[in-house]
Amino acid sequence: MTPLLNQLGDVLVSTIWDVTPILVLIVFYQIVVLKRPIPNLKRVIVGSIYVVIGLAFFLLGLEKALFPVGQMMGTQLSSPEFLSIDADAAIDWRNYYWIYIFAAAIGFATTIAEPSLIAVAIKANQVSGGSITNWGLRITVALGVAFALALGTYRIVTGTPLHLYITAGYALVILQTIFAPKDLVALAYDSGGVTTSTVTVPIVAALGLGLADVLPGRNPAIDGFGLIAFASLFPIVAVLAYAQIKYFIAKSKKRKT
Amino acid sequence: MSRVIALLYLAIKKLRVALVDVLPIIIVIGFFQVAVIQQPIPEFGSIIVGSIFVVVGLMLFVEGLNMGLFPIGETMANSLTRKGSLFWLLTFAFALGFSTTVAEPALIAVAAEAGRIAAEGGLIPGDSASIDRYALGMRLTVAFSVGFAILIGVLRILMGWPIYYLIIGGYIGVIMVTFYAPEEIIGIAYDVGGVTTSTITVPLVTALGVGLARTIKGRKPLTEGFGLIAFASLTPMIFVMIYGLIYFS
Repeated sequence: MTPLLNQLGDVLVSTIWDVTPILVLIVFYQIVVLKRPIPNLKRVIVGSIYVVIGLAFFLLGLEKALFPVGQMMGTQLSSPEFLSIDADAAIDWRNYYWIYIFAAAIGFATTIAEPSLIAVAIKANQVSGGSITNWGLRITVALGVAFALALGTYRIVTGTPLHLYITAGYALVILQTIFAPKDLVALAYDSGGVTTSTVTVPIVAALGLGLADVLPGRNPAIDGFGLIAFASLFPIVAVLAYAQIKYFIAKSKKRKT
Repeated sequence: MSRVIALLYLAIKKLRVALVDVLPIIIVIGFFQVAVIQQPIPEFGSIIVGSIFVVVGLMLFVEGLNMGLFPIGETMANSLTRKGSLFWLLTFAFALGFSTTVAEPALIAVAAEAGRIAAEGGLIPGDSASIDRYALGMRLTVAFSVGFAILIGVLRILMGWPIYYLIIGGYIGVIMVTFYAPEEIIGIAYDVGGVTTSTITVPLVTALGVGLARTIKGRKPLTEGFGLIAFASLTPMIFVMIYGLIYFS
């Protein structure tokens, strides 16, 4: 128990430093620029203490659970014994299907439950005047993330350069932006940022690094990253496509009547 | 007695929010472990303790933000937009992006991991002081670029520039810097783009954007307020690649 307490103490000290800039910002602007006392000072102080302790616990738990679990899944699902393949043979991407399925499952499950995505979906419903439904958007984004992570693990297995995929993705987004309904463009862009939550990011990052560690000839520094980048790009593509299709259907319906 | 029950009820209600983040992961991993891998999980106890830490930590963290920092940040964004001083508004935008990114949990985690990987790959010396320095440098780079992005984003709302100019410009910037960046930094640089915008940054930045769009005549808050987050995930990619260019050469 004592080493755990020592660790917690160390993490606490560093999280105080992490939170200091926000506190300095608030105090400085409130007192120097706006020249007003801080409202509900007691609540703010208690809240800040919660933030520091919460961050410390989270980071410690991350090190004890999320990182090891992500890495373990990447390692176990791609080990030659589990897949019953020859360890020295050249990599054939078709042997690693379990890792693609797992990546897709974790992407879909975490995204569909993501609270900030639910908030975006409600706003999208308002902006589009109801043509984009709440569940429609959430399922679209979740499928986008599932596909993104499956493709991302495929990329790690094959070791193809990340920037090629990203460049192609960007080109696709630019093309879609030209044709998409303009009201929804900003919202679609933001949906890419909100899908990758605080809990998902470490687990997905560790999955990629664990996978790159096990595969022969893959370098974690070069091949292990990129899953999060995929998970933030594909929702944009998915939402723009969804908005496009919805508007197209609405338009053709109007033409008929 | 009834107070204890009320407190317990409140704690469970708060915990639910954090559980929603963790539960899907537990279900998927549990299913794969039991049905597919069919092997005992190593260090099971430590993982359980860690998971509880994650849930409790996240709950406290979010609760603390809601109690103090979020309300203050929102009122501050509102009063600053009404104050009408462009200088203070822009410095606030920068400082908000910078300070919230420094405290972003996912970024702290991924930067530390990046440091470990860089040391294993022999890119930086393997002692913990060098790893910490590299990770901190990366976090400060990201914080600076998010601050910069929010500043530009606020200018965009004030000037009424269309968001896709910024995004497409950002894409072109990312692709151009990729040509010069060392191969070992590209993956992590692309990843931090998605990492920067989570728990703290998103709510505060959205409040700033929506508040701004509401104060300026002729802007639709629903559409103009967005887009800041997307831009804030592009600039870190560019700046982290430049960081790698300088650090590894």
